[in-house]
Amino acid sequence: MSAAVQHRLIERWLPALLGFGTLIVFLVAVEVLIRVGLINRYIVPLPTQIAAAFGRVVVDEDIVGRFRLTFIESFAAGAMITIIGVLVGMLLYRFPLWRRATETWVAALASAPTVLMYPLFLVIFGRSAWTIIMMGFVAGFPPVVLKTIEGLVTTRSVLVNVGRSLNLSSVQLFTKILFPAALPTIFTGVRLGLIFTLINVVGVEFLINFGGLGQLINDLAERYDLPGTYAAIFFVILVSILFFIAIEKAERWLRPAG
Amino acid sequence: MSQVASVGAQGSDGILVVDDIVKRFETAEGPLTAVDHVSLSVKPGEFLAVIGPSGCGKSTLFNIVGGLVDSYEGTVTVAGDRVRGPHPAIGMVFQEESTFPWRSVIDNVAFPLEITGMRKTERLERASHFISLVGLDGFERRYPAELSGGMRQRVSIARTLASEPKILLMDEPFAALDEQTRLLLGDKVLQIQQELQQTTLLITHNITEAVQLADRILVMTYRPGRVKRIVDIDLPRPRSSEIVSSEAFGHYVAQIWGDLREEASRGMRDEETRRKA
Repeated sequence: MSAAVQHRLIERWLPALLGFGTLIVFLVAVEVLIRVGLINRYIVPLPTQIAAAFGRVVVDEDIVGRFRLTFIESFAAGAMITIIGVLVGMLLYRFPLWRRATETWVAALASAPTVLMYPLFLVIFGRSAWTIIMMGFVAGFPPVVLKTIEGLVTTRSVLVNVGRSLNLSSVQLFTKILFPAALPTIFTGVRLGLIFTLINVVGVEFLINFGGLGQLINDLAERYDLPGTYAAIFFVILVSILFFIAIEKAERWLRPAG
Repeated sequence: MSQVASVGAQGSDGILVVDDIVKRFETAEGPLTAVDHVSLSVKPGEFLAVIGPSGCGKSTLFNIVGGLVDSYEGTVTVAGDRVRGPHPAIGMVFQEESTFPWRSVIDNVAFPLEITGMRKTERLERASHFISLVGLDGFERRYPAELSGGMRQRVSIARTLASEPKILLMDEPFAALDEQTRLLLGDKVLQIQQELQQTTLLITHNITEAVQLADRILVMTYRPGRVKRIVDIDLPRPRSSEIVSSEAFGHYVAQIWGDLREEASRGMRDEETRRKA
């Protein structure tokens, strides 16, 4: 194997291996600290017990069905924050008076604990997946709007002038210059929004004891099945990982460089 | 009366004619005249440089000629056609870095052709030609982030040339570059201008650059920006950056600096007074 190939392999795999290795070291450290009694085993179960609980959780608790439901709810809310959030951001950019009139409200909504509004949403949408989806949407929507506006407003004026000098129509100016220039900032907004959305989806499932992984965590916690609870949390993290991989792929596809 | 009459800048054979332009801005301190009765004419294939101290209205003039400014007095015409907005015969190269970071070099250069609806194979072929012209062969698939500042500016020039403008309008395109790169890029611009017989209007504050590249240099006064003098540069063509070491080159630089020095000093004093206030 040539030195160049070796170097490429190291460049490609070393960060992943280091990350995985760090996780293993962390789990081993937790195992040791629990076994020597420095961490209370009735609060944090042994990592080996959590690993052993995976099979039970998968077989007995219909993890596939619950994972699918949480994934679909998160996907629906994620798609809504992306489509509606970007559209609203674009409209507020286009109409500066409306932007000045509403931007502070949207920013306030971004930092508000919207999860506390779940009783209202229960009344409106009933104890259904729609309550969970809408709660996820309300939490993730503001960052997408704010970052879309920021991305469009901060597009360098020289890029707009290049378009103007080439006599681009307003639609061409938007689709060919403003939007691609704003995409990295818009994606930052979508990532932020998705974090809030995923927290709210699982949180509301937990609170209203309905649906997917959030309800399962609630059930397992009430049964005091701590290894099972942590194993279920792993699947929540997996949903999050899948979404963030998808976003990264989408960004690379839409904007290969820059 | 326009300044042109006194300095003989206007010619009936000009492809680009700027006639008696006045541009005022409203500022907190009251109205400010940025460009005051400026006229100039550029003949087909000619390279005209406009030089002046910072704040003399050079960039305002650039934006007016490029059709990016609406309200001003006077007229700009291209081959007799009045400029009322961005004109298809004028291609602009900006001072700031203006490549699209999300497009590869070839897609950047092909951008003006894409807008016209040209077929992909044809536009890529034409873009490759202009990439080659600016000496960036082999970099077609690279992105601007992978290039140096000088290479990115060459991409901008190639993109503007790809739209095949009758007049190339450049606003201090090498301002952000170091002196050596600036001289070498000047060579490249000279080579392109000679090859395409490209009519060019260059806005600059760099005397060396202006003398190296131009057939004529229009010297502007500090605020309000007026035409102070027009200097014919009688240096042989084809030129290269080697000409900067010639005696004649030094003579022109000294002559223009003589004109500019007073204006630049006035600008500096004005800036200091404003900062004190």
